Amino acid sequence: MRSVVSTLELRRPRSIREALTMLRDDGPFVPLAGATDLYVALNFGTLTATRFLDLWPLEPLRRVEMRGDVLSLGALVTYTSLTRSRLVTQRLPMLVDAARLVGGVQIQNRGTIGGNIANGSPAGDTLPVFAAADAVVVARSASTERRIPFVELYSGYRTTVLRPDELIVAVEVPALHGGQWFRKVGTRAAQAISKIVIAAIDGDAPRVALGSVGPVVVRARRAEQALAAGQGIDAAVAALQTEISPIDDVRSTAEYRRVVAGNLLREFWTRATGRPRPDA
Amino acid sequence: MQFTLNGREVDVAAHPMRRLLDVLREDCELTGTKEGCGEGECGACTVLIDGQAVVSCLVPFAQVDGRDVRTIEGADAQALQRAFMDHVGAQCGICTPGMIMAAMSLGPDPTRKQMQEALAGNLCRCTGYEAIYRAIGEAKRANRRTPLGVESIG
Repeated sequence: MRSVVSTLELRRPRSIREALTMLRDDGPFVPLAGATDLYVALNFGTLTATRFLDLWPLEPLRRVEMRGDVLSLGALVTYTSLTRSRLVTQRLPMLVDAARLVGGVQIQNRGTIGGNIANGSPAGDTLPVFAAADAVVVARSASTERRIPFVELYSGYRTTVLRPDELIVAVEVPALHGGQWFRKVGTRAAQAISKIVIAAIDGDAPRVALGSVGPVVVRARRAEQALAAGQGIDAAVAALQTEISPIDDVRSTAEYRRVVAGNLLREFWTRATGRPRPDA
Repeated sequence: MQFTLNGREVDVAAHPMRRLLDVLREDCELTGTKEGCGEGECGACTVLIDGQAVVSCLVPFAQVDGRDVRTIEGADAQALQRAFMDHVGAQCGICTPGMIMAAMSLGPDPTRKQMQEALAGNLCRCTGYEAIYRAIGEAKRANRRTPLGVESIG
């Protein structure tokens, strides 16, 4: 391990309120939960922060519940608990599909959706799901709570509009109509970081979001409009190419990602149009 | 930090940000848990916290406060260990403690798919996994027939 831990500070609040007070009065801190991203950086010696706030023991952040017609997922809900949740399986099956493909069992037992969102990797597996689902991020500070549309959360590569005193406490997903679809393309089935990842919902107003094709998760509005307007899949794929900006990196090439992004949109649309409509 | 380690109450003083892996190996002198990649990819350092498999290289020590930690030394996995020997499920051996800890979460008579999913986070570059699946399959069937702890090694 390349980091010197004796220079690091870890605060352990016993309640959400105490955590928010610490953020306000003694911050800044980097929130830490399952540590599946932060401790990789710690190992590499690339961790820039030195002060951390341990959220892992805060049980109220693990709730999965319905609030009216909205599915509310606490920030500390792990991938394992997503796959075991009947509510999530019923309401948001594409998130269960995404959770099953994150790392292996050990990572799924520790990684949280709040962490996946806050880490903000362009390859984060759950991010296209939340983008396609029009999810809302609930951010709380000691004095305020605000709801940020997921698609407005990221201001750039791994940066968010969250203030230093704010904590992601939950993600809210409205009722969705239409079939959900998730697909991750990686080097192998398990333990792979995505070369490209897609989540989509069919219906009269199809919704499509992709990861690993730009500095932040991309909601493919132009492709959606082409599909909704009946312009055909070729036009939609052409539109998609104008709204993604993939790069060459250690996992894949920009060219490959462009081809596969188009292919995935085609696969989604073939499935969507081949499936009997609920109202047919 | 007070926690339960292999069934015993312990109190270990260590920096809260140290990796659980290092505290287990260096402070608790339990070197059965191996470090492979140190970045959560290989599963060699798998231990159980409250019965759940985790990679101890990515766990801040502070987070075992009040929890139940089980390592290969206290795994009570004689049937699995015997079957790994019988089926040559271990070659170089560095993945083996992690493999066995990850296999602990499987129920009796697991399907091939269940075994593949349970071990998806454990890399072995020697065996090609076939011998490991055979070993786990046999151990889990044997476990169903005989109570735990009846078999012993050597």
